[in-house]
Amino acid sequence: MTPFPTSRRGLLKLAGTAALTTLGGIRIARAQPSSRYATAAQPRLIVVMLRGAMDGLSLVVPYADSAYYQDRAAIALPRPGEADGVLKLDAMFGLNPAFAPLLPHWERRQLAFIHASGSPDPTRSHFDAQDYMESATPGRKTTPDGWLNRLATVLAGPGATPASQRLQAVNLGPTMPRIFSGPAAIASLAGGRAATTESLADQPRIASAFTQLYAGDDKLSMTVREAAATRREILDNLMSDDPKADQGALSLAGLSRDTARLGELMARDARICLAFVPVGGWDTHANQGGAKGQLSNRFGLLAQALDALATNLGERMADTNILVMSEFGRTVRQNGTNGTDHGHGNVAWLMGAKVNGGKVHGRWPGLETAALNENRDLAITTDFRDIIADVLEQRFKLADSQLATVLPGMTQRRRVGLIA
Amino acid sequence: MMIRRRVVLGQGAAALGLGTTALLGPTRTAQAASRAGGDVPAAHVLNRLGFGPRPGDLATVGRDPSAWIDAQLKPSELPLPAALTAKLRESQFVDADPIAAVREYVSIAAQNNLQPNVARSMEVGGDAASMQMNPAAARQAQAGQGQQAATPLGRLVRAHQLPALESRLFRALESPRQLEEVMVDFWFNHFNIYQNKAFTRVLVGHYEHYAIRPFAMGRFRDLLGATAHHPAMLYYLDNWTSSVEREGPRDGGGGGVGDGIRRGLNENYARELMELHTLGVDDGYTQADVTQLARMLTGWTLVPVRQRRAEALLAPAVRVVPPGHPADIPGFWFNPRQHDRGEKQWLGQRVAARGQAEGDFALDTLAAHPATARHIGFKLAQYFVSDRPDPALVARLAQVFKAEDGQIVPVLRALFESDAFWAPDSVGAKFKTPYHFALSALRAAGHSPANVIALSTQLASQGMPLFGCQTPDGYKNTEAAWLNPDGMSKRINFATQLAQLFSRSRDGVDVDALVAELGPLVTPATRRLVEQNRQDPSLAMALVLAGPGMMRR
Repeated sequence: MTPFPTSRRGLLKLAGTAALTTLGGIRIARAQPSSRYATAAQPRLIVVMLRGAMDGLSLVVPYADSAYYQDRAAIALPRPGEADGVLKLDAMFGLNPAFAPLLPHWERRQLAFIHASGSPDPTRSHFDAQDYMESATPGRKTTPDGWLNRLATVLAGPGATPASQRLQAVNLGPTMPRIFSGPAAIASLAGGRAATTESLADQPRIASAFTQLYAGDDKLSMTVREAAATRREILDNLMSDDPKADQGALSLAGLSRDTARLGELMARDARICLAFVPVGGWDTHANQGGAKGQLSNRFGLLAQALDALATNLGERMADTNILVMSEFGRTVRQNGTNGTDHGHGNVAWLMGAKVNGGKVHGRWPGLETAALNENRDLAITTDFRDIIADVLEQRFKLADSQLATVLPGMTQRRRVGLIA
Repeated sequence: MMIRRRVVLGQGAAALGLGTTALLGPTRTAQAASRAGGDVPAAHVLNRLGFGPRPGDLATVGRDPSAWIDAQLKPSELPLPAALTAKLRESQFVDADPIAAVREYVSIAAQNNLQPNVARSMEVGGDAASMQMNPAAARQAQAGQGQQAATPLGRLVRAHQLPALESRLFRALESPRQLEEVMVDFWFNHFNIYQNKAFTRVLVGHYEHYAIRPFAMGRFRDLLGATAHHPAMLYYLDNWTSSVEREGPRDGGGGGVGDGIRRGLNENYARELMELHTLGVDDGYTQADVTQLARMLTGWTLVPVRQRRAEALLAPAVRVVPPGHPADIPGFWFNPRQHDRGEKQWLGQRVAARGQAEGDFALDTLAAHPATARHIGFKLAQYFVSDRPDPALVARLAQVFKAEDGQIVPVLRALFESDAFWAPDSVGAKFKTPYHFALSALRAAGHSPANVIALSTQLASQGMPLFGCQTPDGYKNTEAAWLNPDGMSKRINFATQLAQLFSRSRDGVDVDALVAELGPLVTPATRRLVEQNRQDPSLAMALVLAGPGMMRR
């Protein structure tokens, strides 16, 4: 029998096979087999939510649309070829140069943008719009669960048990988001060093006492027991010997470390098929800057974090899609304080497996006033749910009835063509 | 869940079957409490009107819960213990000039060559850590922000932030005015500011003591006025640079505030003033109203930070007055040159040009609006009773709010006398936020830490850093937001650490005393596990502090 590999590369290679091995503290878990995926690799989806209305017009820049420069004199990015100019994507769009770390993905056709996309509801409240995007029911506040939770239930199948659903879905950070609310159990991965540092309460006799204390069927008890079970598994997968106890919630500055860890965890544990990463700090009402400045700095950190995620997924990236969205975009015209206010249409993007990449999808409505939403915002020509539906149908092979469960109330669906 | 509740209520269960008798008035709570018997009502009021019992509290409050509630509704008549006032370092922000603090911040940052981006971020707003492109520098900037700050800027920030943290946390832990501390938390969240946006770092203590604390048990219109006048809010939501639309280059002479920023309208504060602070998200205003309100509020800014520009000479010097006057907030300045003098059309009314009075009129209108009464009623009902409050309760609270001109004490009285508050289904139904949980565990152990940094770090690790909510809607207080596996692990870990601290101290751990003091907050299952783990007092104590009875309120 060949020796068990202890190098990370060796472990990652093994993770792809259907082996169940325990050696020392490292355990590689078997992917929960389901007849749907018996012969093909388990598809995975990571949703990244940019909270605060990220200014997509500063990311995928319509440099060829003349209104862009008229409306954004202080914050527009220069054209391709000029100093600090955008990186040309096609005849209309250029990429903010701070996003250069993701350019290789674009060039390999594994990154697709969908511009002028978003939620049809007209709200400009961050909190309502995020709610609608996470419940996938724009305009309806009574939906009790989030679409990723519904998807987890669909993927788990009719015979699902808590054990079979363990580590099927992972949330990054300390707050459970709307998108994951619902009956399906969701594991948490802490941000910062807390994720990989064994704490007092991880000691077996303490963990065991609390598991006995919380023995009931109520939600509190089940959550505690779930925590103990997944914590052990996550620690086993990611144990580091870094003794510092720097415990923080998610921050943009530390995002690369957190997404790298998520990628590594998913590479090692084949059960994880859904994950969620929230990223805040996009609400640039004042002095957002152009090619250089506050917003571009943030784009730089985001690009590094997404690249770190993809890199650490390793071979798992071949089966994984990363979907990045924000609740709405920002005004076409800059405001009185060199920033932008809440808008409507935005850019979203999809990375990874089988993506029809190297393209900006969707119909570009243009920035002349007549084409704008309420005379101020980029219009929407692609519903965000159509983006999700493409992934669910073509990658996860969901039937129409299952699509309707995950995305209820969607009356008309249009294929965007995101999956090759 | 059901089993635990039956046992928790014990003998009180039958007595608490209060039915739907519609009794109103001051006798209501007395009736409810006296019929209940046992420690249950005491535990309930201490958990809802405060941050949980300390040793001896259940017995004290249990003698007459309704009298305790009445006393909590009149906090000025409850003196603060000398031991508490001795440790508060509030002179940093009380009777202090907030603009002086900001000027010091700006000046040190400008001199500090290691962080040039921070200097710019102060003029333009933005989080220093996130502005660093180099991840190592970003980490360094973030690490320097609160804790072991070696840089001069870090030291200044810490000198302001630490007393603010201490003031809030020591008062929450030790003040007999528990309801007042709960209301400070409630209103700070409602009128949230983020303490790490540039020079807000040196303003949060001042904000809490001038804009929130004096009016937390007072009148809503006063809270609204004070927060609208406070430099921290005007900066956080960008109103300070909002100005009548104007063309022209950056100028320092006759133009704007004189810090090189181009003038023009910013809608951020106007939107959140209506959506979050008053009317709520659905109620009766349009995007046009947001823009018009922003125009009305142009000119509401702070005394200029940089004094060398010509216009800054026109601004008054900061008048330092004590807290208590909502329209008299040190550092506030109405700059007529920023004000849009045109006529406005807002909420279906024509608003004639009247300078600063337009903003006052807006605040009057919003405070008196029925949608505001409903919005505040909902938030109070959700905070004090249940995640999905009964619409009848919300309507009742809104009615009292309107009838009493936004006075908070009558609304709270109506809440504490309501059937909904005392319903058996409601007792113990709210899942504690990390803030509530950490404070209640410390109070239950009878412990007030020597310094608050560890507690503050704990709150941050649980995703609820004090003064650290980045978005203006503040922290939620629902189960859906906070009950998750990682959060539970962290609470258990906190309780374990606290128990270990006790077991290593001189007095050691007396688990039996703790269990006796906490009464119904220690469930039968917890008692069993405590018995099984007698040989390990530290673990036994942890089981009590992080047991099911301590997770809800």
